Amino acid sequence: MKLIIAIIQPAKLEAVKEALNAVEVIRLTVSDVQGFGRQKGHTEVYRGHEYTVNLLRKVKLEIAVNEAFVEPTVKAILDSARSGEGGKVGDGKVFIVPLEDCIRIRTGERGSDAI
Amino acid sequence: MRFLLPLIGLLALAGLASPSWAEDGAAAATATPAPTEPAPAEEADPTFADNLKAYGIELSEDEAKAVADYDAKPDGYVWPTYTTEDGEGSIAADLIGKIKEAANKDSYFTTSNLWLMLAAALVFIMHLGFATLESGLCRSKNTVNILFKNVMIVCIGLLTYALCGFVTMYPGSSWIIEGFFAFGTGVGFDHSDPVAYLANMTSQYGYPYTVYTDFLFQGMFAATAATIISGAVAERIKLLPFLIFVTLYVGFLYPVLGSWKWGGGWLSSSFTDFAGSTLVHSVGGWGALVAILILGPRSGKFTKDGVRPILPHNLPLAAIGVFLLWLGWFGFNGGSVLAAQGGDVSYVLVTTSLAAAMGGFAAGITSWVVGKKPDLSMALNGILAGLVGITAGPDVASIMTTLFIGLSSGVIVYFSVLTFDKLKIDDPVGALSVHLVCGIWGTMMVALSNGAWVDQFIGVIAYGGGCVVFALISGLIVKAIFGGLRVSTEEEEEGLDIGEHGTPAYHIPEAMGR
Repeated sequence: MKLIIAIIQPAKLEAVKEALNAVEVIRLTVSDVQGFGRQKGHTEVYRGHEYTVNLLRKVKLEIAVNEAFVEPTVKAILDSARSGEGGKVGDGKVFIVPLEDCIRIRTGERGSDAI
Repeated sequence: MRFLLPLIGLLALAGLASPSWAEDGAAAATATPAPTEPAPAEEADPTFADNLKAYGIELSEDEAKAVADYDAKPDGYVWPTYTTEDGEGSIAADLIGKIKEAANKDSYFTTSNLWLMLAAALVFIMHLGFATLESGLCRSKNTVNILFKNVMIVCIGLLTYALCGFVTMYPGSSWIIEGFFAFGTGVGFDHSDPVAYLANMTSQYGYPYTVYTDFLFQGMFAATAATIISGAVAERIKLLPFLIFVTLYVGFLYPVLGSWKWGGGWLSSSFTDFAGSTLVHSVGGWGALVAILILGPRSGKFTKDGVRPILPHNLPLAAIGVFLLWLGWFGFNGGSVLAAQGGDVSYVLVTTSLAAAMGGFAAGITSWVVGKKPDLSMALNGILAGLVGITAGPDVASIMTTLFIGLSSGVIVYFSVLTFDKLKIDDPVGALSVHLVCGIWGTMMVALSNGAWVDQFIGVIAYGGGCVVFALISGLIVKAIFGGLRVSTEEEEEGLDIGEHGTPAYHIPEAMGR
């Protein structure tokens, strides 16, 4: 079992959801996050003064999957979350971390059955 | 409006006021604020009988005798009563009934009175506009504080106008220093007195509306001046000292300065200010400037690296506010015709709207060309700049002059905002640029229509001087009493909503300080 955490462009959320659906990954947690990386920030203007916004809005996906689903999930995210042909700085990252256990609250099932 | 009588009565009992209506009928009638231009003088003051006749009221034999008795010896006159088969009657009540009937038939009076009451309601809506504009342009952590101030200002403004503002601003002939200073208290009159009734509730008031319509319309204006200060000092001023400062400003200074022009004072014939570019807007603006200078900027606005913009939390609210203000301005300027005169009112509404449109257009384009991006907050300020600019002379400006005033005000407001930033004068909502700078500009531009550059300039300087002196003295006294006007730096960072009120405006987490 793995936990896949993806940070993506907010505008790509719909495309990523569709791509995940296509590979039958239908469990997903989404949150609004802010942060910065190599994209740094951008400049905005208010009442004649420019200022830099370095905390940028991103969307974070958390997907718990069984081993067999890891590669299809990652591929679906990569294909759908990239901006344009070659992608852009700021398109985000995918992290894969081992998942020790998983419990379904309703039934108490544990492990890969619960995912 | 009768509810005001007991209120003022209570204050009078507390030794705070000695309301004018408490005097005898004849004195109350003269102490009631006379219109800005006194009625044409006649050889002898018309008697009550003359006035009734002028108003087309026919008297019965008994009534005519009572009126003649009254005119012979008005002091302490007691109106007779009589008994018929139907029961008790009183000549006074009969006369009032006839006066009401005559007023109902006076269609110019009725439509004008109606228009002025509607205009008062439109000016009232401007307070909602100010509330959303100011709260929208500030940070979410200060929203409750800004709204609380706006709510209190409307309440205090109207109450102080009833307490002393109205009679102080329109003293008639009861000046303490002729043309410069008057002070009086109360609003209203004895409704059972037919003499006062005729003088206050019909066009014999001097204008085609009642004393109460006059009070409400003017009272709605008064609070506007104080609201202008509220936006300029937002996000850092302590609540109580602020409320005391604006109470003095709106309750005392505003009506005293207003009497100079609109109350028949020393500027009434030379100076032109139709609906208050100077009397309302720059008066508020000067108070705001002095308050900002005493108070200092919001922490973090001016850094050693330059100006750090403090972002608005809700531009849609700000936009709603400006549209409401534009709507309210139809009453502010249109009502200031002081009659439902078809031609005058429609022309004033046209110049008012054209100036607003040109101001918004000019500021929007200026921000786009000069500042590289079309800035919504500037376009919104531009609409207000055009409105404030035209307010001094919407009745006399030609269409071309109107467009010029709108255009110039819109451009000026953009550069004015940047200039105040350069001077490290921190005005979160642009109140100084809109109300002070464009108020002065619009007042001077009346001279394009009437050529009276010197008279306009004298007016601008006189009002500026009066405001700065009063605001400085009262501001420093309040500051000394409270040991400072500002909230602590910690409270400023946390937001005044929690610090002053213990209530956040929005029950959602604040997104990373924005």
